[in-house]
Amino acid sequence: MNAEIILSVKDLEKHFNEGKLKALQGITTEIRRGEVVCVIGPSGSGKSTFLRCLNLLEEPTSGTILFEGTDITDPTVDINLHRRKIGMVFQHFYLFPHMTVLRNMTIAPIKLLGKDKATAEKEAMALLQRVNLADRADAYPSQLSGGQKQRIAIVRALCMSPDVMLFDEPTSALDPEMVGEVLDVMKELARSGMTMVCVTHEMGFAREVADRVLFIDEGKIVEEGTPEAIFSHAQEQRTRDFLNKVL
Amino acid sequence: MTVFEEWWLPIKAMVENKEPLTIFQSFYKEIYMNVLQDDRWRMYLDGLWITLKVSFFAILVGTILGTILAVLRLPEVTELRYKGKNPLRRAGDVVLRFLCWFAKFYIDLMRGTPLLLQVLIIYYGVFGQVRVDKLIVGVIACGLNSSAYVAEIVRGGIMSVDRGQTEAGRSLGFSGPATMLWIILPQAAKSALPSLCNEFIALIKETSILSYIALTELTKAGDYIRSRTYSAFTPYIISGILYLLMTLILTKLIGRLERRLRNSER
Repeated sequence: MNAEIILSVKDLEKHFNEGKLKALQGITTEIRRGEVVCVIGPSGSGKSTFLRCLNLLEEPTSGTILFEGTDITDPTVDINLHRRKIGMVFQHFYLFPHMTVLRNMTIAPIKLLGKDKATAEKEAMALLQRVNLADRADAYPSQLSGGQKQRIAIVRALCMSPDVMLFDEPTSALDPEMVGEVLDVMKELARSGMTMVCVTHEMGFAREVADRVLFIDEGKIVEEGTPEAIFSHAQEQRTRDFLNKVL
Repeated sequence: MTVFEEWWLPIKAMVENKEPLTIFQSFYKEIYMNVLQDDRWRMYLDGLWITLKVSFFAILVGTILGTILAVLRLPEVTELRYKGKNPLRRAGDVVLRFLCWFAKFYIDLMRGTPLLLQVLIIYYGVFGQVRVDKLIVGVIACGLNSSAYVAEIVRGGIMSVDRGQTEAGRSLGFSGPATMLWIILPQAAKSALPSLCNEFIALIKETSILSYIALTELTKAGDYIRSRTYSAFTPYIISGILYLLMTLILTKLIGRLERRLRNSER
């Protein structure tokens, strides 16, 4: 794959508690346009921290992150401008409970991109149609099921037309019967050519959709490769141990 | 001669002759002297109007200033450090840090000293040499005092909002202040509303302290009538009923607002 590099991470370190806890210990990788990267690893391995560093929700202790050529770890860079282009989906959805679904989706395009209400709502409705939730446009988040909430959270991020989408264990907080509907939306998104970085425990999804799988343990990338290489021919003992436990 | 005066004359004669009054006659005497005579009811209404004005604007000042103080006390703001080299933003950082320190100092000061003292200092001290409407003094004193309490209530409301809400806002590209304004504060307001209602009621009642600087608000109006009629109970009870009416109506209105905000939870 020779597409343009969207995210380039170099020697990324993140320490908590003044260095007592080293969550990330030198992560280096590149994510290219259109690529779907799944990040797997045991809990506490730093994979969520890695993802949250990519849009600077966690401020890296050291290392650089180039997003479309700009070093976003530079404090003089206006991170808010770059975050518009980096969509994020959380484990616990974090829809805005005081707004309707439609308002949830249109507030950022209206306030940040200066779109007028009618245009923003038209685009939002088109996205709702794509995830079969057009009839819930006027509902409040509390009136939705977990699966519906997460699908709304995904399209809310898409409303900003991001260049890359980050998924932080998007199905971990869902009842089992709702996991499928969210994964289907993510698969459709991957097929449409969206660049995606997914921290996930859904090995089936990673195997089916990912172009590349990163296995992170103890804050380091232990192994990376195609799903085939990781799931069937893992080189590292730690990767094999982990996969034996979860598969 | 009005019908009220016609009813009054025989009772007045009885009082002058020191004849015993029936309970209804005594009641009418109190009402006539303290409400009807010389249009004294107007004084209650004027006092009520002043109390309403002072309370309304003091609540407005208190809420806006209190919200700003609350935000200045959040760890996200007090621990904010600008790391770049732009000298203008470095200076802004210093100013912000001073404001955070001042917010804490201000809240301690305003909550820790009596409102009456604050009113006297503002009236005789700050505005001692300037002619300024006592109503404005009242709004400033009560508003500044209330803002300290509102600040702590709103801060509690803000902290009750899930951190993930901030992260969701920031991840969409909202700046810190914009996230606060559009996403956090509306949710904080909802959970702070019952305590805010409490504070507003307290504020309405505390404006009675302004009678100390001879602002003829509701308490002073009752007091003034007492000084004319020598009735110890009636004028104060009438003022009290009017305070009660105000606070009951406010409670009702805020209750309705609460229900409307709760609708989004169902």
